[in-house]
Parts: sequence; C-alpha cells; structure tokens
Amino acid sequence: MARMKFLCDSDRCIECNACVTACKNEHEVPWGINRRRVVTINDGKPGERSISMACMHCTDAPCAAVCPVSCFYTTADAIVLHDKDLCIGCGYCFYACPFGAPQYPKVGNFGGRGKMDKCTYCAGGPQQDNSAVEYVQYGANRIAEGKLPLCAEMCSTKALLAGDGDIIAGIYKERVQRRGYGSGAWGWRTAYKQDLTV
Amino acid sequence: MIRHLPAALLALTLSAGAVQAQAPTPSPGRGTVSAEEMEMQRMLQGGRIEGRVSIPDARAASLIQPQGREWREFHNRTLAWVGGVAVLGILGLLLAFFGVKGRIPIPGGASGRTMTRFSLLERANHWMVATCFIILGLTGLNLTFGRHLLLPLLGPEAFTAASLWGKVAHNYLAFPFTLGITVMLLLWAKDNLPERRDIDWLKLGGGFFGKGHPVAGRFNAGQKMVFWITVLGGGLVAASGYVLIFPFTVTDIAGMQLAHMVHGIIAVLMIAAMLAHIYIGSVGMEGAFDAMGSGQVDYNWAKEHHGLWVEEEVEKARQTVLPPGARAAGGD
Repeated sequence: MARMKFLCDSDRCIECNACVTACKNEHEVPWGINRRRVVTINDGKPGERSISMACMHCTDAPCAAVCPVSCFYTTADAIVLHDKDLCIGCGYCFYACPFGAPQYPKVGNFGGRGKMDKCTYCAGGPQQDNSAVEYVQYGANRIAEGKLPLCAEMCSTKALLAGDGDIIAGIYKERVQRRGYGSGAWGWRTAYKQDLTV
Repeated sequence: MIRHLPAALLALTLSAGAVQAQAPTPSPGRGTVSAEEMEMQRMLQGGRIEGRVSIPDARAASLIQPQGREWREFHNRTLAWVGGVAVLGILGLLLAFFGVKGRIPIPGGASGRTMTRFSLLERANHWMVATCFIILGLTGLNLTFGRHLLLPLLGPEAFTAASLWGKVAHNYLAFPFTLGITVMLLLWAKDNLPERRDIDWLKLGGGFFGKGHPVAGRFNAGQKMVFWITVLGGGLVAASGYVLIFPFTVTDIAGMQLAHMVHGIIAVLMIAAMLAHIYIGSVGMEGAFDAMGSGQVDYNWAKEHHGLWVEEEVEKARQTVLPPGARAAGGD
C-alpha cells in the first residue's frame, strides 16, 4: 500500500487558488469551510512564497491523539479520516492540529460548532464508498475510483503534488536538482518528521 | 602523473563551470526561506509560521503552529496524569483516613438541641453550585478519561451520544455555576477572611490528627480553604471556560490552548479538593451534613467545631430576645 502525502512546491505555486476552488466544488463544501487554503508568507517582500495547505494526513496524527471520542481512523493508504456520526464538535482537533485543518460549520458560540469537517484526501468517510450518504457527509470519494485528490490534479503549475510519499518526493527532488533551488516541503517535518533536503 | 595534474584540474574547473552554466543561478531571496529551516526555527522559538490568506477566516493565515504538539502533550499526558493522580490519590487518602479514624463522632453525643447554621438561601445556593459542579466535573473528566474508561464499555455510538449531551450540559451549567459562586462570594466572604487563629487551627491539624480541638469562628481554616478554592478556583475555571465557550472571540489559537490548559488543570485540582469536602460533609463526620441539609446543626457539634461562632450567636440571640427592661421568667 502507498503512503499518501501532499507536497506543495512553493517555488511553483502562483497563488491562483484553483486547488481551493476545485476542492470546494468537488465536495460541495459549505460556506465558511475551507478544506484547503493558500497562505502567502513574506507577502510583498523578498522571498515571498505561497503554500497550498490542507490536512497533511500526519503520521501519528495529533487530531486523532486528542479526540475525546476517538472518531479518527487511518486508512491502509495512511489517509487520516474521521467519522462525523461520532464527532461531538468539541474543537480539540483544531487546537492540536499544526496546520489548522479542522473546520467547523457553525459560528461556534456556546460550544455548538457542529460536526468537524476537513480534507479527506478525496477519500470520503466510513460510509459505503461513493454512496449518496457519504457524499453529503464527506464529499466525493475519488480514491475509491482510483483517482488522486482533485486539488493536485487541477494544479496548473503542478506545484501541489499528491500521491505516494516516495514518488512525489522523488519528483520534487528531481525538480530541485534541475532548477538548482527549492525551499523544501512545507509541513513535512511537522507532519511526517521527515526533511526533504536535496 | 604530476605533469598531468594541472590539465586534470583545468578539466575539472571547466566541467564545474559547465554545470554552473546549466543550472539557473538562484535569484536572490529565492533560496533564503527554507521550509525545514523555518519549521525548525519556529518549533524552537515556539512561534507560528503565519502569512496572508485571501479568505475571510483570519485563523487560516496560520500556516503551521507547532504549539499544537505541546497542547497535545498537555492534554494527553500532563492533564491525564495530574487529574488521575489527584482524583485517585485523594480518594485513596480519604479511604485510608476513614479506615484509620472512622466516622468522627459528635463529642458528648447529640444534645438534641439545634441551632440554625445556614439559611434557606445559603443552602439552596450551595446545592445549586454543588449540583452544577458534580455534572461539570463528571462531563469534564469524560473528555479526558471517557475515551479510555467509558468508550470500551458503552461502544462508540452510545459514548458519542453521552459525550454530546455531556458537552451541552457542561456548556450551559457554566452559567448557574458562575452565578452560584458569585452569590457564595457575597454571602460568605466576610466570614472567610483569614485570621490569626486560622494558623493555630492548621497547626493543630484541625483536630483531625492531634488531641484537642482548636477554636474557630463561623468557619474554620479548613472551611476557609474550601471556600477560597471554590471561589477563586471556580472563578478562574469559569473565566477560562467562557473563553473556551466563545471560541476565538477574544483570543487566537495560542490563547485558546492556554485557556484550556488553565481550565483543565484547575478543574481537576478542584475536583480533588471537593472530594475531600464531600467526604467530610457526609460520611466523614457525624452531624456535619445537617448544616447544609436541614440547616440546623446540633448544639454540641457547633460548640466543638465553631465555639466562637456559637458564643456570638448566643450573644446575638440574647440581645434580640431580651428587649430592654425585660426580665427572665420567674425572676420576680
């Protein structure tokens, strides 16, 4: 089985937000929820770069570790998913997540956040694959159809890579060797305790 | 061999130059922001990697917050250990104390005569706070320990249902709890101010351990401690709780994590303290429960534990009962 990861090549990302839009459209994500976002650091300064960030599907995921009701599980492809029928909307995963991935459908006062929503790596949830129930709760299940996440597929500059960690790391390393620079894989140290120095 | 060296060196320099020419020269500033470096630096400094986002959610601008790891460590390790040791430890101590000392009797037995210790308002308020506290405490402990203790027993669906209702109860009971501790502060603060004799009371172990019972006013040093733990601890737990109940309205992610840490640690310590309070007010001491039950305590109990208060009350009663010029019955 593959070990699925995301890798954003920030030297290629042009902050077009197509990944964000593709994600919202594919899964019909409600208003106010962003499973993926593009963050620009050093905006307007030398060394400015944009990074597309979503759930990184961490090894030893912090969200799963702190969840009071144990609603998270990891698939055979190392994708971190959760069961919305078990989630109580306590918000703990958001406090623990290094990447701000968990999202909540409600404003959140009086503790009523609603069921947590996050990037599923286009792999749906615990419901029957590609069923209507699964779509309403988690969005499309492209993985079950043998496809990769749409955000990466749609990326016009191929900055965002999704797939088996070794393969996408290989592609990235080759790029860095070819062009002679690369700022590294954002979040990999935090998510997978792994550096991508070439 | 040596003659060939300059030629070899020249070839090497040329080939290196060729490689240099092939690879584009890094533009200034391009390679300066290394992801690994930045993540490492931030982790060491305890800071966040922040940027700008084009979506309205300002929280999304935080790219990586390594402090999540510390919060996880707190929630899963520190809080679980401190809470577990405090709650189980105090239960063990109380059990051992009960085994050694048994129930503390009223010296000389019940006199049959009673006096009013707490008014209806005081008792009603106490029980409102107590009920809220027990539910808040249990539902709070559930968030840390339920997953390990209750989930295997109830199964995922039932446990989620219980936790969800628990969360709702926890959030809404915060309001009567806060009201109650405010009323407690107004009713009892003046009788709970620390005095010199509290030190003597503590030195004598409150009469629990040594011989002879130290004197006390309306509240002894132990009760004063319970009072201030409730009011100050409860106040801090309530304040941090309101930060948590309105997420991100007054603070950012770091503030939310801090609010949770303050809330959790003080809450488990308060639970431990209140277990001791519940013990001494129920099975631990004969006659103690009546104070908050009927509000009427036995005269002998009151004389033993709150002698100065009894004197004051008796004095007050004399003044109110006897109008000026009145004479005792059979006095003439």
